[in-house]
Amino acid sequence: MKIYKKIIMHLILALGAFIMVLPFLWMITTSLKPLKLTYDSPYIFPKSFEFSNYITAWKSADFLSFYKNSIFVSICITLGTVVLSAMAAYPFARLNFTGKNFWFYAFLGTMMIPFYVEVIPLYKIIEKIGWLDTRRALIIPRLFSPFGIFLLRQYFLTIPKELDEAAEIDGASKFYTFWKIILPLSKPALASLTIFSFIFGWNDFLWPLLVTTRPEYTTVQVGISNFSGKYGTLWPYLMAGTVTSIVPVIIIFLLGQKQFIEGLTVGGIKE
Amino acid sequence: MPQKRGKPSYAKKDAVWGYLFVLPAMILIAVWIIYPMIFAFRLSFMNFKYLTPEKARYVGFANYIRAFSDDTFKKALTNTFKYSLIVVPVQTIISLLLALVCNSRIKGKTFFKVAYYIPSITSALAVGTMFKFLFNQQGIINRFLSNFGFHSVSWFEDPSYALPLCMIMAIWSSVGGGMILFLAGLQDIPSSVIEAAQVDGANGFQRFLKIILPLLRPTIFFAVVTGIIGTLQVFDQAYIVSRGSGGPLDSTMTVVLYIYNKGFRTTNANMGYPSALAFLLFAIIFTLTLIQKKFFDKGAESY
Repeated sequence: MKIYKKIIMHLILALGAFIMVLPFLWMITTSLKPLKLTYDSPYIFPKSFEFSNYITAWKSADFLSFYKNSIFVSICITLGTVVLSAMAAYPFARLNFTGKNFWFYAFLGTMMIPFYVEVIPLYKIIEKIGWLDTRRALIIPRLFSPFGIFLLRQYFLTIPKELDEAAEIDGASKFYTFWKIILPLSKPALASLTIFSFIFGWNDFLWPLLVTTRPEYTTVQVGISNFSGKYGTLWPYLMAGTVTSIVPVIIIFLLGQKQFIEGLTVGGIKE
Repeated sequence: MPQKRGKPSYAKKDAVWGYLFVLPAMILIAVWIIYPMIFAFRLSFMNFKYLTPEKARYVGFANYIRAFSDDTFKKALTNTFKYSLIVVPVQTIISLLLALVCNSRIKGKTFFKVAYYIPSITSALAVGTMFKFLFNQQGIINRFLSNFGFHSVSWFEDPSYALPLCMIMAIWSSVGGGMILFLAGLQDIPSSVIEAAQVDGANGFQRFLKIILPLLRPTIFFAVVTGIIGTLQVFDQAYIVSRGSGGPLDSTMTVVLYIYNKGFRTTNANMGYPSALAFLLFAIIFTLTLIQKKFFDKGAESY
């Protein structure tokens, strides 16, 4: 009876995992098929290995430049988000000053303002200050992360207070305590925010779609969207492009999946 | 009464450092969130033509009133609600079931977690492209169904299938995230509670209904609220499926996609109108969240 139940549970999970993985597998297989055989004999695992599809896709749409832009923009968003969130989270977790709670809840409250409400004025502002078609426009408005501040604050709160008190007795400044005690002890939370911000920056679509029009500033997501508009029926090429668009995110996720998954659940519910 | 402070010099020092650390974030909020928000609110009461900003004038509630007689907006609102009403319960139930199965003593837990979560980190664009190919006229789904005598359907070009497919895409890509959320919630339930129920002779289903479900209430609340907030703002999926047009026949037109169309795809658009639509959607989401909070708080009292 028990072993019977166990087998069923494994089967359910395996079937689910298969459904999750199938579209990816199908995409990879298609990306390696010769163009002429796009719809021929639907085999799930790749049989032909037409790697030239990848070269064709990359050449026909300047994916190299999309890639450079996305990597640069995502890294800047990540660094900025992590640094600014850590700085803001520290006083909320550790210092006592008037207005602390007000600001903390004000920051959290901004989570409720949806992006689409601000998107029109944001666009107007970016246009007015002449930032359309710049990398700045893709990065600077995206640096503030109430989620990041909340996540790091929750983590900082779990670090024993005695540690900073001891440092303070030794004459350490607040900045020293933050830099040399709090941050080194918060590596797991910083890692999860890093991965989270990178994925957010990489997958962002609506904002880059609006503020960049010139191909030299196009990011991977917008690039794929344009590519599928132009070459929508050349599936093996489109699939090759799409595979390359998700590879960086998958690598980063697999490298840090433990921290990422833990980090996701710290911020959410345990208030 | 004046408050007594033990170490006023420390308090002052804390304040200086505190504001210094928070300042960059405050500036970002002020410039990129608060100011645009106020700007958007003002816009929503204005007739503000994109190419003739000098002719901008206040029109009171005209933009809001216009929304109520705009058939495409009504269609977009209906689509968005349909989408939310189906996606949220289905994704919540599937994630909860997966979490329950994954939480029992099974092998390869990490593998399953990762496999289920990968769709969540994949961009909506990539997911959309994959599904478009799967559900293509000559795609694998049609081939599979033809074995059972079904005619091939051009799913994404058919007004009755395009929106359900967006829903399937959303559910497929979000169950992994929900599962991880519920797993964390399940791990917080002390095993002693469940063992005690076992000793009292409660079977698996009773334990689930009487113990696990009530204790998971905050997690379920969180999943449902964030699910509703997220689904009512759906944009990426609808954009990729229809290339931004909301077609076929507005069947994938969602509220945010309509805002985008009215704001950025219409020549010399009145920016006030999409701004008003954005605030209407915001008001709907805000009200729904408050109602749910009431509903869940009330339920919690009875335990």
